[in-house]
Amino acid sequence: MPTYRFSVNGESRSVDSRDPGEPLLYVLRNALGLTGTKFGCGEGQCGSCAVLFDGKLALSCQTPVSAAAGRAITTIEGLGTPEKPHPVQAAFIAEQAAQCGYCANGMVMKSVELLAANPKPTREEVKAALAGHLCRCGTHDRILRAVARASGTGTSGRSST
Amino acid sequence: MSMQISRRNLLKAGGALVISFALPLPAFAQRADTYSGKSVGVGEVDGFFAVNQDGSVTLFCGKVDLGTGLRIAIPQMAAEELGIAVKRITLIEGDTELTPDQGPTAGSSGVMRGGVQIRQAAATARAALIRMAAERTGRAPAELVTADGEVRPKSGGAGIGFGALVGNRHFGLKLDPKAPLKDAASYTIVGQSLQRPDVPAKLTGRHMYMHDFKLPGMLHGRAIRPAAVGAKLLSVDENSIKSIPGARVVRLGDFLGVLAEDEWDCIAAARALQVRWSEAANLVGHKAVRDWMRAGPFEADQSLVKKGDARGALSGATRRVAATYYWPPQSHASMGPSCAVADIRPGKATIWTASQATHRYRHAFAKILDLPPAAVRLIYLDGSGCYGMNGHEDAAADAALLSRAVNRPVRVQWMREDELGWDPKGPPQLLSLEGSLAADGSIEAWRTEMWLPRATANLPNIPLLSPEAAGIRQVPGIATGLITQNGDPSYSVPNIDVSVHWLKDAPLRPSNIRAPGKVANMFAAESFADELAALAGADPLEFRLRGLSDARGIEVLKRTAALIGWRARGTRSTSGTGRGIAYCHYKHSETYVAMAMEVEVERASGAIHVRRVACAHDCGLVINPDALRAQIEGNILQTLSRSLFEEVEFDRSRVTSTTWKSYPILTFPDVPEIRIDLVLRQNLPPLGGGEAASAPVPAALANAVYDACGARLRTVPFTRERVKTALEQGYA
Repeated sequence: MPTYRFSVNGESRSVDSRDPGEPLLYVLRNALGLTGTKFGCGEGQCGSCAVLFDGKLALSCQTPVSAAAGRAITTIEGLGTPEKPHPVQAAFIAEQAAQCGYCANGMVMKSVELLAANPKPTREEVKAALAGHLCRCGTHDRILRAVARASGTGTSGRSST
Repeated sequence: MSMQISRRNLLKAGGALVISFALPLPAFAQRADTYSGKSVGVGEVDGFFAVNQDGSVTLFCGKVDLGTGLRIAIPQMAAEELGIAVKRITLIEGDTELTPDQGPTAGSSGVMRGGVQIRQAAATARAALIRMAAERTGRAPAELVTADGEVRPKSGGAGIGFGALVGNRHFGLKLDPKAPLKDAASYTIVGQSLQRPDVPAKLTGRHMYMHDFKLPGMLHGRAIRPAAVGAKLLSVDENSIKSIPGARVVRLGDFLGVLAEDEWDCIAAARALQVRWSEAANLVGHKAVRDWMRAGPFEADQSLVKKGDARGALSGATRRVAATYYWPPQSHASMGPSCAVADIRPGKATIWTASQATHRYRHAFAKILDLPPAAVRLIYLDGSGCYGMNGHEDAAADAALLSRAVNRPVRVQWMREDELGWDPKGPPQLLSLEGSLAADGSIEAWRTEMWLPRATANLPNIPLLSPEAAGIRQVPGIATGLITQNGDPSYSVPNIDVSVHWLKDAPLRPSNIRAPGKVANMFAAESFADELAALAGADPLEFRLRGLSDARGIEVLKRTAALIGWRARGTRSTSGTGRGIAYCHYKHSETYVAMAMEVEVERASGAIHVRRVACAHDCGLVINPDALRAQIEGNILQTLSRSLFEEVEFDRSRVTSTTWKSYPILTFPDVPEIRIDLVLRQNLPPLGGGEAASAPVPAALANAVYDACGARLRTVPFTRERVKTALEQGYA
């Protein structure tokens, strides 16, 4: 069985996979136990499975394990912990920006990528950036407020009284 | 991650249940042997509470947190009434072996019924703790209070901890429905926006969802659904997956599943397996549902509301209007496809599920597995938000049948096409309304005629998929919720006639979906109120206020109007921007909510842009204002999605809208500004916050579209094509 090597959350890992086309998602969730990355559609249409590849967003359901070889992958577990969250995670927690929270992985990962490229996005820019990330509970407004909080644009994103 | 069970620090002493683990460990850390013999009686204090030796409290709750905030709201209610800090309470949810059967977590009943029941148990426990302390200290009970987990003299001085009073012992008390409750004026915990304990783990990838739960020796399974609804399994070529390591087939009648040690191998096997199904064309097709509903046959006709003589008044009326509204079948459209783990051994079944109704399904699964209910345990774990019965129970049945076949634990996770294709659907609703005006411009007569699939409680079961395919009999009695309410006007009308034609079948397997029936009924009733206001040449807000006498209803309407900046006018907008309002007294007996919207309509494309939404909400006592706001925001955005975009499409054989492209939902660019005004009535009983705010959303939106451009939308979803049609002919 072929072996694939890459870095995950700063640690070098190697995994065996029978199928070079196995999506990275299943490798992360099952072989590596990193279940923060979620299966939503398997078709690249919802964003729940997002990870960062060298800081850029990648959909792990659309990324074969063979394409991950040699890359530096960050999953949501690699950003922070409940006790010591990443600033973006801390902003989401402060705004209580999760209901069921199943989509939250993609929301956080995309927001981290966005703020690295555009530290002070407008509400419209955040909406456009998150357009490919679906949420069913209707937490969108809180997520927009969380990104505004994380960007230091304060409560300008807050529309709910 | 199942090793986290070992984080629980169990102390078992003197027969009492003593556990201790830090929040926010979820309820997965539960095993029968830990708690064997515990009372689960809804009439017993011990059913709900165990006091640890260290004075901390474990709270056993039959209702579950579906992302809705019950995980903080229920402990807040219990902590307040007991007199202990929230952080000293550990919550166990929805485990049939440990928690009392408080009914399904549905119908906005979590706080209103479940929380209130627990509050009463806590009040009973508090009185008992005070009695015990009184006996021990020789003081009169009236001189004692509970606070910070102690019973203390009101006058000050040393207290006795709960642990010292009852740690290691059961209360052994019936829940006293008359145990005095604390005065709301004294509340220090209820009414506070405490943060939800599960949120940090959810945002850092550490929360244990159903989908993340594993057992030693567990296999991955996938059910192979038929090519058409009702198709028979003709043949399976097991050789087609022989190259996949460990992959195997399970066949039970027309139920087909595959198993493998590795999840990706299992998915590969499900895709590679060569299967022949019979042809089947049992469905009506989504385009034909309206005609199909009107045609019958009908199982029964039922009069729901009758007052005065609506038909007589309408026949003599000079100013009258009639309109027909349609709501299509919709999917729960959960972000994560349904998932379950089952461990079925001879004589014993344990099923981990995100079901909203673990206690109800304990009996269903006992029947399916031919086991006594006592041998079947369902344990709730958080799933992806479901908003009604989605595929959670079906996935659990898939896992149970596969596990039983191989005598090993099996995890089944549906794929995206399974969830959108096979979750039971919110049923379609068709409503025809007629109304007339009196000389003074008030509503004189109102008729609502409904066509609905009859699939409510106590009627033949909406069967779970895999037992049905396997030919296993199931128990009846699964509900779509109460789907006839709020089809009558919210306003004073002297002549009302509301009736329903019950269709025996539904076009697709139905279940309850958020604010069951009320969303469509209020879409019709509150759009129609606007149509009557237009006929009267009246301002829609003033028209509504004239017909209302309930002060709480009047207040939410006025507050909503103030939030959106409503200015009275009796004619349509001329600016291109429209505003609409709708009012809901949920089930005519529960939460009051008013909704206003501001929209722009692009006439050329038919696109609707929702700019602003305002909502005032009165659900009586508010336990956690921020968590309630989150629910209201969710109701608004999810119901905008349902109104603007959602209809399950299907042909004669199968559902065809099985991806997010063919079943689109609301995305970030569609998100309006939202303003919410909570009416706090802390001296009144709590009502529901989970779904009432959904009900007025579609009508507020349709009314705003009408105001903006004159197009009256009577059919959901409000697609661009439908808006353009309505612009041409006045309605669609």
